[in-house]
Amino acid sequence: MSDCSPIEVRQSLEALYRSDSSRILASLVRLLGDLDLAEDAMQEAFSVALNVWQKGGIPENPRPWLISTARFKAIDVMRRRSRSDTAQRNIVLHIEAQQFANSQIEEEIEDDRLRLIFICCHPSLPPEAQVALTLRELCGLTTEEIARAFLVAPPTLAQRIVRAKATIREKRIPFEVPGPRDLPQRLGGVLQVIYLVFNEGYSATAGTEVTRLDLTREAIRLGRLLYELLPEPEVMGLLALMLLQDSRSASRTSSAGDLVLLEQQNRALWNKEQIAEGVALVEGALASHSFGPYTLQAAIAAVHAEADSTAATDWRQIVMLYDRLLRIQRSPVIELNRAVAIAMYRGPESGLGLIDELLARGELENYHLAHATRGDLCRRLGRTAEARSSYERALALVQQEPERRFLRERLRSLQEIL
Amino acid sequence: MKYICLAYIQPGKFENMTENERHAMLDECFDYDDELRANGHFSAGEALQPPSSAMTLYWKNGKVAVTDGPYAETKEQLGGVLVLDARDLNHAIQLISRHPGVKYGPWEIRPAADLNEMIRESEHRRGKDAVR
Repeated sequence: MSDCSPIEVRQSLEALYRSDSSRILASLVRLLGDLDLAEDAMQEAFSVALNVWQKGGIPENPRPWLISTARFKAIDVMRRRSRSDTAQRNIVLHIEAQQFANSQIEEEIEDDRLRLIFICCHPSLPPEAQVALTLRELCGLTTEEIARAFLVAPPTLAQRIVRAKATIREKRIPFEVPGPRDLPQRLGGVLQVIYLVFNEGYSATAGTEVTRLDLTREAIRLGRLLYELLPEPEVMGLLALMLLQDSRSASRTSSAGDLVLLEQQNRALWNKEQIAEGVALVEGALASHSFGPYTLQAAIAAVHAEADSTAATDWRQIVMLYDRLLRIQRSPVIELNRAVAIAMYRGPESGLGLIDELLARGELENYHLAHATRGDLCRRLGRTAEARSSYERALALVQQEPERRFLRERLRSLQEIL
Repeated sequence: MKYICLAYIQPGKFENMTENERHAMLDECFDYDDELRANGHFSAGEALQPPSSAMTLYWKNGKVAVTDGPYAETKEQLGGVLVLDARDLNHAIQLISRHPGVKYGPWEIRPAADLNEMIRESEHRRGKDAVR
């Protein structure tokens, strides 16, 4: 084998880390029985590779090489520490015994990564810790990268990960896929984490850009991984939903970074391949008859994606889908979206009535989109003064810069009408 | 990423140990440093002599003033500096949390700042990249 330059090795290791670290880590957790030890051992194996591969070349199958090296490193470390600690000595004996029990120890088991997903998204961890752990252990992102994406200080994020790992250790959270009885609920938790990552990327709650592409890409990657490992209808539904929403990303903002509404978007820019993939997944999920809210939301997104314009959109079907969605998931935000669909289907007056009822209930009082939508319907009905006060209320609540610019622009155009 | 790890210790703590205690501490710390070195994480490191050996320089009334003693009189004083090569902040935390030195005093971990851009800009201001 020929020598490789340090830069070459470093680059291929970095790429390997991003693409394969979750597989390697997942196998190591099974082999070593401990998340911290597995992570340590993996990091060491990557460090060893940096030196060894420069001299010996990059192995043909780097993953088994890294797993095997990591396992030896772990045994080595444990043996060193066991000189003063009997508990550690027992772990070494356990790992070594395992080695004899299973001759094909480096074999990877597909379920390993699924088990890792269920550890990272365990309900005993706070939601923001589940998100951080998933992105770090499954997507191979660094603490600093995750912190930047979520606009939090790196020490805050690091602390979440430290605490989450301590909880996993203290509560002895098992490395396993939940049984059939717990699976639906636990899977729901995993889907929620993935969708949270997606939404954070898709409509960042604060900051200066409308989308943060990296997080949407990571969420779709996670969705694909989960679909590959566990092709349940709602997994298909969520993947479809993310693909369909993301298919519009090129047309959602103008070149100046301003928000473009669905109505004005250039549909030629929509990603046709992603739409086709999303639609096929939705159809598959709907055919299963055991789908849930993600599939229904994806079905709504699919109706939009397949229409040539807002006028040509099948609003009747969208209203029907919202009705079904509300039957399984009561949420004022879904009701708001349904009101928009009703406004498109039966006219702004009907939509406005529903929104006023919703606002009167108080739950959406501080939700800027409820007021922005109301403003929009009033504007279409020529009720300019009401439109203005709703837009102003929305403007006072909005936190994202492009949306703020959009609302200011709306207010300005109302001025011209007067 | 490089992380600067600052190890603090109470003045006198090390000096007041019995010889056996001192040897045990040094042996386990050096042993772990070797482990860090073998795995390519130990970028640089130095132990510091006691704070009584420190000199502090500062700018006062347009000139440099020199005092003896450490800059800040705190309960714990800087005892050593380790430059760690780690993948990310949590990796650095994990590596240092296993350092036996943690048993003897607190450690502070600070990521190294990347000054490359600032240096480039500064060189530009100083005309270093101009065609000669």
